[in-house]
Amino acid sequence: MCLAIPGKIAEIQENEGVRTGRVLFGGIARQACLDFVPEAREGDYVMVHVGFAISVVDREQAERTYALLESMGVLGEELGVGAEGARSS
Amino acid sequence: MKYLDEYRDAKIAHGLAAEIRRRSTRPWVLMEICGGQTHTLMRYGIDELLGSSVELVHGPGCPVCVTPLEMIDRANALARLPEVTLVSYGDMLRVPGSETDLFHIKAEGGDVRIVYSPTDAVELARKERGRQVVFFAVGFETTAPAHAMAVLQAERLGLNNFSLLVSHVLVPPAIRMLLQSPRNRVQGFIAPGHVCTVVGVGEYEELAREFRVPIVVGGFEPVDLLDAIRLLVCQLEEGRAEVENSYARSVQYAGNRAAQLAVERVFEVTDRKWRGVGEISSSGLRLKPEFAAFDAERVFGLEDVRAEEPSECISAEVLLGHKKPMDCPAFGTRCTPEKPLGAPMVSTEGACAAYHQYRRHLVTL
Repeated sequence: MCLAIPGKIAEIQENEGVRTGRVLFGGIARQACLDFVPEAREGDYVMVHVGFAISVVDREQAERTYALLESMGVLGEELGVGAEGARSS
Repeated sequence: MKYLDEYRDAKIAHGLAAEIRRRSTRPWVLMEICGGQTHTLMRYGIDELLGSSVELVHGPGCPVCVTPLEMIDRANALARLPEVTLVSYGDMLRVPGSETDLFHIKAEGGDVRIVYSPTDAVELARKERGRQVVFFAVGFETTAPAHAMAVLQAERLGLNNFSLLVSHVLVPPAIRMLLQSPRNRVQGFIAPGHVCTVVGVGEYEELAREFRVPIVVGGFEPVDLLDAIRLLVCQLEEGRAEVENSYARSVQYAGNRAAQLAVERVFEVTDRKWRGVGEISSSGLRLKPEFAAFDAERVFGLEDVRAEEPSECISAEVLLGHKKPMDCPAFGTRCTPEKPLGAPMVSTEGACAAYHQYRRHLVTL
């Protein structure tokens, strides 16, 4: 129910005083209200929940965290605890 | 899809799981609050991947599940009125009330419609001025800003045929109630990432301080959840009790101010009954008096509709993390997703429904 999905803003329009965006989720485009993310620009990724963008994805944070997580995956592999190891332990 | 698929990477997930098993010196009891997170944990078998290093118990964070029986009865009563179009998110339709559900009322000719967004309901009211459009506004803090915006939009458009049946609940009062229970076993919490995207992490810091319990804000993909569990285990092993944010790509410390302002303008805090749990003080939202014209309970005089819950369902024990769905004698027999006795079996995000879908092989029916 609290599901929010990341999508890329393809285009921003003003609709009767409401700032809306055409947001791409993979191959699917949907309209989303951008009133809660006034800082959002075309090309940004936003988290969309029931037709409203509730945050702009922080690219730097995402990249930094992901690099850290990735290194743990590599570490796990080096320690021999990949998919095989996980099942047998 | 970017910011989604990479957080399902099996190699990273296994690396994190290995780190959790390595760090954990005893089986820590952790609770995820949000039903969406419960679903991911079950779907990807994260509980099984972690073995005995962590015991995951599932919290009350499925709004469909905790919407009180009498509120379902009110929605059903509205849907039977000839002048009303009852508009709802799809997953509310099969939730059983005392006698029936919206799905059956629709089949009998009631005007019940499903939408993706509350703005669709406003649009419907604008197009069909002869109909009374009532939107069934259930949800946690994540969804409240969208519902607030729908009311503001209807006000701006001068609509007198649009109202909300509000059943909004708030997460922190429920966590507080869990922690105050003498039967509490939970040692660390995964806080719901999208709720925190809206409200920020301040209230969770108060809880962590007051109850000396670690809380990590978590996302919804397997890698997000494993990272949150890893941070919780590290805190517990080191004797720390802080709030950490593992979902920083979406959650900022102060949350989303514009969304908070919309909620503050339209709603106020109220006591709220949770299905299976009972009343929790200051755990819900209702429309402010100045928006009474948009409050379906007042417009249609439904405040007096009351209901008692069936006694066989152990949902309170499940929602509070005291019992697992499979401990229930009715699980999978007298209670199934097709014919649910209680709320956690109804929604796909309910703990009982998640176990029924992904863990049924573990029970001898």
